[in-house]
Amino acid sequence: MVLTFIGMHLLAAVLAGPLVRTLGRRGFAVLALVPAGTAAWVATALLGPVRVERTGWVGELGLELSFRLDTLAVVMSLIVSGIGALVLLYCAAYIDPRSTAGSPRLLGGALVGFAGAMLGLVTTDDLLLLYVFWEITTILSYLLVGYLTTSAVSTRAARQALLVTAAGGLTMLVGLVLLGEGAGTYRISELVAGPGASGAAVAWGVGLLLVGAVTKSALVPFHFWLPGAMAAPTPVSAYLHAAAMVKAGVYLVARFAPGYADLPVWQVMVLVLGSATMLLGGFRATRQTDLKLLLAYGTVSQLGMLVLLVGYGSEAAALAGLTLLVGHALFKSSLFLATGAIDHATGTRDIRRLHGVGRAAPWLALAGVLAAMSMAGLPVLIGFVGKEAALAALLEPAPGWLSLQGVAAASFVAGSVLTVAYSLRYVVGAFGPGSPGGGSAPGAGSGAHSWHAPGPLLVGIPLALALGGLALGVTSTALEEVLARHTSTVSLLPGPEVHLGLWHGLSLPLLVSVCVWVLGALWWWRTRDPERATAPLVRVDAGRAYDRLMRGVDRAALESTGFLSRGSLPVLLGTIFVVLLVLPGLQLALGGTTWPSRLRLADSAAQVAVALLVIAAAVLATRARRRLRAVFLVGVTGYGCAMLFLLHGAPDLALTQILVETVSLVVLVLVLRRLSGRFPDDPSVLTRRLRAALGAGVGLVVGLLAVVATSSRIHEPAGAGLPERSVDYGAGKNIVNVILVDIRAWDTMGELSVVLACATGVASLVWLREEALEGVRKGLRSARGARAGWRARPVPTDTGSLPTSRWIAVADRLDPERRSVILEIVTRMVFHTILLWSVYLLLAGHNQPGGGFAAGIVAGLALCLRFLAGRGYELGAALPVMPAAVLGTGLFIAAGSAVIPMLLGSPALRTWDAYLTIPLVGEVHLVTSLLFDLGVYLVVIGLMLDVLRSLGSGLDAQIATERETAGRGTR
Amino acid sequence: MILPITIGVLTAGAIYLMLQRGMVRIIFGLALLAHAANLLILSAGVTAWRGEPLPSRTGVEDAGDPLPQAFVLTAIVIALAVTVLMLAMAVIGHNDDTKRMPETGETHRR
Repeated sequence: MVLTFIGMHLLAAVLAGPLVRTLGRRGFAVLALVPAGTAAWVATALLGPVRVERTGWVGELGLELSFRLDTLAVVMSLIVSGIGALVLLYCAAYIDPRSTAGSPRLLGGALVGFAGAMLGLVTTDDLLLLYVFWEITTILSYLLVGYLTTSAVSTRAARQALLVTAAGGLTMLVGLVLLGEGAGTYRISELVAGPGASGAAVAWGVGLLLVGAVTKSALVPFHFWLPGAMAAPTPVSAYLHAAAMVKAGVYLVARFAPGYADLPVWQVMVLVLGSATMLLGGFRATRQTDLKLLLAYGTVSQLGMLVLLVGYGSEAAALAGLTLLVGHALFKSSLFLATGAIDHATGTRDIRRLHGVGRAAPWLALAGVLAAMSMAGLPVLIGFVGKEAALAALLEPAPGWLSLQGVAAASFVAGSVLTVAYSLRYVVGAFGPGSPGGGSAPGAGSGAHSWHAPGPLLVGIPLALALGGLALGVTSTALEEVLARHTSTVSLLPGPEVHLGLWHGLSLPLLVSVCVWVLGALWWWRTRDPERATAPLVRVDAGRAYDRLMRGVDRAALESTGFLSRGSLPVLLGTIFVVLLVLPGLQLALGGTTWPSRLRLADSAAQVAVALLVIAAAVLATRARRRLRAVFLVGVTGYGCAMLFLLHGAPDLALTQILVETVSLVVLVLVLRRLSGRFPDDPSVLTRRLRAALGAGVGLVVGLLAVVATSSRIHEPAGAGLPERSVDYGAGKNIVNVILVDIRAWDTMGELSVVLACATGVASLVWLREEALEGVRKGLRSARGARAGWRARPVPTDTGSLPTSRWIAVADRLDPERRSVILEIVTRMVFHTILLWSVYLLLAGHNQPGGGFAAGIVAGLALCLRFLAGRGYELGAALPVMPAAVLGTGLFIAAGSAVIPMLLGSPALRTWDAYLTIPLVGEVHLVTSLLFDLGVYLVVIGLMLDVLRSLGSGLDAQIATERETAGRGTR
Repeated sequence: MILPITIGVLTAGAIYLMLQRGMVRIIFGLALLAHAANLLILSAGVTAWRGEPLPSRTGVEDAGDPLPQAFVLTAIVIALAVTVLMLAMAVIGHNDDTKRMPETGETHRR
């Protein structure tokens, strides 16, 4: 059921956009139905048994969608949903849909979504799910606080709120995991009810958990984000800071208090930070001139108080804390919404400019005064009931006055004095007569904004909330019955027995309360003049410290990026190579490396000969000044490596390496046509020596690593069981090929994607413009047309054009000076043979050396031959399609062969085989993974075609254009 | 012993070539580095000479470990694709050391 309601919130959040667009601001009233319905449903669970719902989600993680509606969850849900509904209704009168400063549609969606996330947060019974909802509220609060997207203040405040609460949330996640792993369960109810927890891991977990609560509830030292978040529209502030977001931290403390409140780390954090926050927030609130900021600092103070009470650990304090939690939600939202109405009516929230609002809007004033009385703890409101209970619970500190509990009690009394003072400041500032200099009309003293009476909703909703506080105050004994169901579980610390009620006789708490009222009024009287300059109490400003920290982080990121990435490839690569030299080098030199006891020079004489050849070619390649020589020498190392592969028992590798090396040679030569014959000169001898030294160092380290690596085989090879499996599952005898197309086919799929991306990259680098590509397409179309033509046309046998000129398809279109008859004849003779060989390699690859890669490259080499014989025309005649089509088809076939087994209910890429008897050929062994190999084959052909067309014909065309322009220039 | 020496020399040459600005030499360096890495993987997987991993030709006891071979085969093809892409980059300028930005005409110092 809870899940359904959360889903309805989500749906409403999605539909909020169209709803607000069509209905205007009345759409908010429709949206309010969702939280209102939720509140009505939750209310039915108020006195019933605890409802538990569990649905599986991610079984492997032990994550389940579990919800548990106990009393605390029900009370919190009522606050979240009830006030959420009222705030949305208020928005229907408050938000101006014509305003361009922010998007009302986004506001509606984010508010409903926020209500849904809060509902999930307070009802879930799973630690990780709690975290998920927690972070959703963080993200949505960013959208809500940053509602005015054009205002720098607003976006800055939103970023600040996001960074502070998200950092706290991540810290909390670590704590949650520590607690969950330590206890072996992620169910909150089991965790809290479990046996008394102790140990360093639990202490750390609880500490980190509380960091999350402290940041979310804006406790010292993270309190600064809350006043900043006042940049949001007032209904948003009312919801976030009275009922929802900041209450999440309080809820967290209340939720875990029954399990951990006796831990020292808990006591220190909750009591010290709670007390400090209560005093600091209260003190700041008595000095504000903006009504909203006054309420914001008041909220900070109240949050400190709430965390202190619900985390105190005794049953009495928990009862007082929950009562005040409910009371705070009612009076603070009422005050915020009343402030919004004042702002709406007068255009200002500055108490130095407001005057006469009380007379002009008496009902609004009644709401404000009632709510402020509740805040100050005056009878007969719920705030009074809660304060009395709190004083009764705190004034008898069990460990004596010289303890954390004693300090907390003293801070609570002092904070209550400040609360009375700023409550008075709010009432007098908002509804009082104002400064004598003001005019007779109510509103802003000297503003251009004219007074217009707030509508019924803008007055009615704050009044209803304030009256709710009054009603609960009168019926507090009934409230106690409900709350006691939760508070009876909090019993870690001893405490006096406390009951809610308006009259307990002439007791100590009442006496203290009276003193608090008197002292608070005195404090207000001394600081009542809003014009007087206020000096900060302490010089340390947490907000400024935050700014400095963020600037520092920005700067450090910029500086380190600038230092490391200075736009020079050699420096970047050099850094990488130095790390490669230092880290494994130190490991080799210092670490306990086991060196082989006996070194064998080589496995065979052939190996020595080939290795020496490779070494010589590599050394010479580094010294070559001519590009062509370097191409040749690097080619020698490649072919040498192929020989080494062969000598090492890897015929597949040798075959592929030889083919790849040949392709590389062709491509290099094609490219070198565009470049000068020699390499550009080196800058200096010094850099050359540096490079040589670094190269020699890294080479030494890598060589030594190779010595160690080849001699430290301690485990059974990973490929141990593969030969049997390759025959059983893969139905092939070439294990390497079976690995590629079956056992580890997903790797191959990734590799195909790389090849595809590179081919596309080459084409886009060379062709650059769409028109150039269009030319290629046109050429291919005409080539296709011409093919059809050749088939139809009879071979000319009369004089003139002899058949000798037709060794290749497009002979008549070539420049006679640049033709090579021998090459044409050879091409004609071997092209089809090579293609046939490539098909053989493809088919045989499953059992013999070969496979899709090798076959594709062989086919590509055949195309190379056609290209060299007749340039791009001939290539077009040989395969008149765009490379992209071949590449795409290949990937499609490969992916399809992965999907088809899935459709048949088997794992992806599974292989079947069958024996077919074909007349004349004999028995043929067919395997389905051949289809995958066919995809590989096509992708490789596509790459080759792409390379030939881009680096071959494309560069041909560029060279021709340049010659033309150069020729025109000299003429 | 001879294989580690080859790997070391190939690596040294690769790094010498890669630490300068010309794209074509960097590509050559990359090719040498790829050879070195492939030989390293292969020789680490199989400590001494083994037979071909084809059950029809070599007994299971003598056959080489096919897994490193499959890795290296994949690496060879990817190296080819990357080389081709880098070559395309090398030829889009007027020489392979692109000191001039193609679009803006901005020049680097040095």
